[in-house]
Amino acid sequence: MATYVTDGSKPIGSPQAPVNSTIVHPERHERTLPTKPYPIMECADVSVFYGDFRAVSNVDLTFGRHEVTALIGPSGCGKSTLLRSLNRMNDLILGARIEGAVTFHDQSIYDKDVDPIEVRRRIGMVFQKPNPFPKSIYDNIAYGPRVTGMKVDDMDHLVEDALKRAALWEEVKRKLKDSAFGLSGGQQQRLCIARTIAVNPEVILMDEPCSALDPIATSLIEDLMAELRKDYSIIIVTHNMQQAARIADRTAFFTASMDYTSGDRTGTLVEYDTTSNIFGHPQDKRTEDYISGRFG
Amino acid sequence: MTGIGQLVATELRAERHGERSPASIVFLISLWGAMAFAVLCLLVLLVDSFLDGAPRLDIELFTRYTSQVLPERAGARAAILGSAFVIALTAILAIPLGIAAGVYLEEFADARRWYNKLIEVNISNLAAVPAIIYGMLTAGFALAIGMERRVVLAGGIALALLILPVVIIATREAIRSVPQEIRHGSLALGATPLQTVWRQTLPGAIPGIATGSILALSRALGEAAPLLLLGGLVFVNYDPDGLMSGFTTLPIQIFNWASQPQQAFQEVASAAIILMLVLLLIMNALAIVIRNRYQNRW
Repeated sequence: MATYVTDGSKPIGSPQAPVNSTIVHPERHERTLPTKPYPIMECADVSVFYGDFRAVSNVDLTFGRHEVTALIGPSGCGKSTLLRSLNRMNDLILGARIEGAVTFHDQSIYDKDVDPIEVRRRIGMVFQKPNPFPKSIYDNIAYGPRVTGMKVDDMDHLVEDALKRAALWEEVKRKLKDSAFGLSGGQQQRLCIARTIAVNPEVILMDEPCSALDPIATSLIEDLMAELRKDYSIIIVTHNMQQAARIADRTAFFTASMDYTSGDRTGTLVEYDTTSNIFGHPQDKRTEDYISGRFG
Repeated sequence: MTGIGQLVATELRAERHGERSPASIVFLISLWGAMAFAVLCLLVLLVDSFLDGAPRLDIELFTRYTSQVLPERAGARAAILGSAFVIALTAILAIPLGIAAGVYLEEFADARRWYNKLIEVNISNLAAVPAIIYGMLTAGFALAIGMERRVVLAGGIALALLILPVVIIATREAIRSVPQEIRHGSLALGATPLQTVWRQTLPGAIPGIATGSILALSRALGEAAPLLLLGGLVFVNYDPDGLMSGFTTLPIQIFNWASQPQQAFQEVASAAIILMLVLLLIMNALAIVIRNRYQNRW
């Protein structure tokens, strides 16, 4: 059992670098992690292609149940591509295809008889840019349960519950019928999280959910993730290493490297470990260089 | 002011370049002239029609049929009702079909397939085909199946074929303006592609589709050539009462009156032109209102 504590005094980045975080939430990280994650999703030798271009090569990863897993790495390292292949959102891109196995509860999600619609309901996704529907706040939340045919006894209660879990209820409870476009960017993003929660997924994928938000809105969403971890498993792509250090239980570092069969640059997994190890004792030179800001 | 300050001050006032140079002014004047010419032509047409037709803008224009015996009291009743029947049928035929085709091409068709590319190029070409061709097509089709061609049904089919490509193109553009994030947001919640189209993409595209459809219908309303080719009736003194009823429309009626020698027919033709211009202006204004109201939703 590896104890994982980042109490804010531990250096982030190179061992010499001082902590350069303005928002520190030490209470989040006081938790014990098993050495091996108790798996909810696994990637086995996964490669993702766009036409002939191999965007991600041979990734083996195990995502832990009720953990926050961060995927970090420089631009073009395929982390977003990998994330989108975890709930078959990549199917929507013409020419995208996958090799290897992505499993959810040991069931391959790319099997022929698996319905991608059901996969996406169980494995929700929050996007980089908040994308509320041009509807009321209430209807944004109710949309998922309605389209998936969930049996809902009390939709009002479900909406309230989802908004409370997304820490948005107090701000919007008096204007549920107003357009979601009237909310601030941070509120819109929390609405999108609430919308995802409303269909009761097991895994929530987040693709740089805070990159369009200011630091205060970012901090709220980071707090929220720590809370959501109790009920959901979260996989987040982030460009912000401090964010990964603050919120993630485990971190996977990707980089773009030369693929010797095709000559293209392709994304590969360099190192996957607990966040404290990745930022405290990286095993790979490239990880150390990246987190200490020497490249990327 | 000395040195650089003076130099900059001089250069900032240089009049040989920039928007006050002679070339720019000539260019601006010619642009303005081109615009004025277009507006002037429209104005002359409007004033001329109005002067000719004003005395005949009376209730009889709406209530009476055309008459060879009494051209002074000839009315456009049959033409107004005929236009209404034909345009209504055109809308019923062309709009659902055009929207469905647009949705298929934009949301479901695999754009990499050669046949979809072919369809795409052909729809753009069809939008530029002269209107009379659609009249010939419909006449030929009616002949082949032994259908009467001087009826509302044939007129509606010809005009529906005419505007179908325009409706398809307008639908596709409106659908394309719905951000991809909205579709992805819907699909990521477990909605099916069909649910996403019905509940997100189409509602988001409706303003654009409505604008395009109204403009297409106003084109159909002013069209005489395909209907004349169907052997459009010019002397109708009864109301259309169904799909298989004979009919005339405003443009055909105007065409007929304008080619008559009597001065009274010229006057009623001008009155009918004013009526049609007003109708077209209303439809186009409606399209602009819809467009402006729903602009910048994203």
